[in-house]
Amino acid sequence: MMRKAIKIARRTFLLGTVAVSGGLAVGYWNIKDPIENPLLAHLSDGEYALTPYVKVTQSGVTIITPRAEMGQGVQSTLAALVAEELDVAWDSIKMEHGPESKAYVNTGIYGEVAPIDVTDESDTANSLRWAFGNVLGKLVANVQTTGGSSAIVDGYGKMRLAGAAARIVLMKAGAKSLNADWKQLKTDNGFVVAKNGTRLSYNELADVAARIPPPANPKLKPRSEWKYLGKSMPRLDMVEKSTGTAKFAIDVRLPNMLYATVRTNPQRGAKCGGYNKQKALAVPGVKQVIEVDNGVAVVATNTWYAMQGADALDCKWEMSSYQRNSEAIYEEALNDHEDKPDSVHNLSGDPDSIEGGDSVNVEYRVPYLSHATMEPMGATALLKNGRFDIWVGTQSPTLIRSRSSELTGLDEKNCHVHTLFMGGGFGRRSESDFTDQATKIAMELEGTPVKLTWTREEDIVQDFFRPLSIAQAKISAKEGKGIGLDIKVISSSVMDSKFADRWDIDFPGPDPTLVQPLPDQPYDLDHYRVTGYKSPINLPVGSWRSVGCSQNGFFHESALDELAYLAGEDPLEMRLRLLSHEPSLEVVRAVKNMSGWGRKLPEGHGLGVAFVHSFGVPTAQVFEVSQSQFGIKLEKIWAAVDVGIALDPKNIEAQVTGGIIYGLSAAIMGQITVEDGQVAQSNFHDFEILRLYQTPEVEVKIFENQRNISGVGEPGTPPAAPALANAIFAATGQRIRELPMNKFIDFV
Amino acid sequence: MHINVNGNTHNVDVEDEMPLLWVLRDELGITGPKYGCGIALCGSCTVHVDGHAIRSCSIGVKQVEGKSITTIEGLGTPDALHAVQEAWIEHQVAQCGYCQSGQIMAAAAFLMRNANPTDDQIDQAMSANLCRCGTYPRIRAAIKSATSKLNQG
Repeated sequence: MMRKAIKIARRTFLLGTVAVSGGLAVGYWNIKDPIENPLLAHLSDGEYALTPYVKVTQSGVTIITPRAEMGQGVQSTLAALVAEELDVAWDSIKMEHGPESKAYVNTGIYGEVAPIDVTDESDTANSLRWAFGNVLGKLVANVQTTGGSSAIVDGYGKMRLAGAAARIVLMKAGAKSLNADWKQLKTDNGFVVAKNGTRLSYNELADVAARIPPPANPKLKPRSEWKYLGKSMPRLDMVEKSTGTAKFAIDVRLPNMLYATVRTNPQRGAKCGGYNKQKALAVPGVKQVIEVDNGVAVVATNTWYAMQGADALDCKWEMSSYQRNSEAIYEEALNDHEDKPDSVHNLSGDPDSIEGGDSVNVEYRVPYLSHATMEPMGATALLKNGRFDIWVGTQSPTLIRSRSSELTGLDEKNCHVHTLFMGGGFGRRSESDFTDQATKIAMELEGTPVKLTWTREEDIVQDFFRPLSIAQAKISAKEGKGIGLDIKVISSSVMDSKFADRWDIDFPGPDPTLVQPLPDQPYDLDHYRVTGYKSPINLPVGSWRSVGCSQNGFFHESALDELAYLAGEDPLEMRLRLLSHEPSLEVVRAVKNMSGWGRKLPEGHGLGVAFVHSFGVPTAQVFEVSQSQFGIKLEKIWAAVDVGIALDPKNIEAQVTGGIIYGLSAAIMGQITVEDGQVAQSNFHDFEILRLYQTPEVEVKIFENQRNISGVGEPGTPPAAPALANAIFAATGQRIRELPMNKFIDFV
Repeated sequence: MHINVNGNTHNVDVEDEMPLLWVLRDELGITGPKYGCGIALCGSCTVHVDGHAIRSCSIGVKQVEGKSITTIEGLGTPDALHAVQEAWIEHQVAQCGYCQSGQIMAAAAFLMRNANPTDDQIDQAMSANLCRCGTYPRIRAAIKSATSKLNQG
């Protein structure tokens, strides 16, 4: 019990986590006076909205999935939650992202915010999470957002309730038509069925059903009766995405549309000091040249003409005001970080009091990183007759709406955000810089829709990067055991960069992402402390898949590995000795068994382990690598996660595998460096990502020992880099403390 | 000039150097091929020109005049899938899906020339197409399935 008390005290200023993913939390079903169903304003003839999540049209049922699809499969899983209760055939379901609305606020993010031990899943802890989210939600924000691996946490209850409520109003409508008691009726794959076998389709009942108020607390099916949930369902977007018919923001086409691209100052934050407008306008197809913040947009009849026009601008760039190169930024972080820690987490004991034994100081570094989504940033916008429309792949539709309202001066109700598939998000599409540009271009060309597409070069350089970051750790061993870890993280603050620099809002309290998720690791070390220091912001920084967890996971799990070797303990057995949380122990035991940890390995092979508890998911990974004459080869990866309730195992496997591969790109070759005040990389030749031949087989085991459900878009990423570094050490004896690793060792 | 895409002839009035990708996407509204890098590094824009996988972002439209161009839309449709697309769906390959048109076109052209590829040949052939979601293990599995489908069919 003592441990719990201590752990509650650790988490005293978690408000920031709200901001991580952007929003707060009032579900349609969680408030006394339901928000008006936002679908009602958008219905065509013959369409009926039974709840904010269920629309019935002549061609069947459309499920509104208010979390945006960026590859994580969330639309299909959210649709399955509704469909399970609504009772409709899987292949008949259509999906829409729906309009931006307060009805679709994400409440799931706020479970993470509550000041509770992440491993505490008691009723009391869960009520507190709920209350925290809802109270905060009403007071602080009202944001519809996708991020923080929260969509399933948010949707697990309310999407099923929405389906169940819609089914009941359809049954009640059927009862009217059949003159029967609705409770005597059944449903079957889109039909209400009477005792005598009469079948009424949901389509024909929708008109009447839409006028019946949905019940607030319909009974949900027990898990034993699930037919979609808990099973691997074919993703509803898979056929579209395999036939080139899926529509991304870059694919939007409107009548009389023009095409634009931008060129903005690579010296981030500095102005454009002049450009050759006439030369750009002389390029065939170029229609207009428009100034945007720190740069210039070129509008043409074809995206390629716009890009040619942008090349002709010959912009003169003013100098940025931050450090000139990455080495200077590292030096500044080491020597000129704030004196006062941003946060101190005294997890147990006192690392300063350790006497005797061995203590070693180690230092780790990671560089800036771009997101490099395969679809570059872009959006199509139209300002016409006092109405603004924007078509965009975004994680933050309500943010985009408020930004466009601010820029155009139109009321929010006249600003409409149409969310399309994202060609990758990873946190990049939670920002509003590119939509601001599209909005400004549309304002200059009132009446004409304009599609803005960034070049890849713009996309790599004009990112909000994962921060460059340093950790200093003192590891202590005594009498053959690892006993102490005192880890200090130095990094620029994502929350300060996002809120203060970009949106002019003072971010309250310390930045939890700076040390995320280190205060939450369920290790019982005798002496354990995590401290975060803010360093100055140079390049602007942002949320990069798992936010603070990927760099901090690398620091922490590398340091623990070094501690095991210092103490003479087996790295995996030491983690088993120190972990105090049963589901966490279980995933580590799983990768131990899957990988045959301890077996005799071929010459030159090594196994490395890492464990990170992030976004509610204990995740363990073991990597096997081998040393060959061509360099390090990744042989095999084993991973185990505990998601509480596995709604779609095949999709969870895809997310964990993809998360690991995303982490490996960063670990092996990913880096953004600063030279002469600007980003030195520009495209995939110098910002490389992992390729198919470098990718080993990944085996994923999914556990459901936790009581609470968790999302898995992010937790696969953080353990990847340390598991690889630890495996390389096991194979070669070389300890790599700085990313990317290909600066220090060759890879096949 | 005239270009032939998916069996249809289109008259286009653009600069000769305009890359095929932007003719397809912005002039003809054929949006399956995607823009990813613009310099033939990522493969998202892959189409077939006379049966060969070509990076459409880096070939001027004049160079493909009179040739037979196939995009993902011409490879197969939701109602009439190509064997590679069937295998992609069977293995649930796509995540965000943005690179997948290019991946599928690269795989289809590769299998036309090599009906029984080894694992190493698959790795070599598919390593020039980038995927940020990390769908590579399933791409590998889907190509193996497609191989057996094509060989049976």
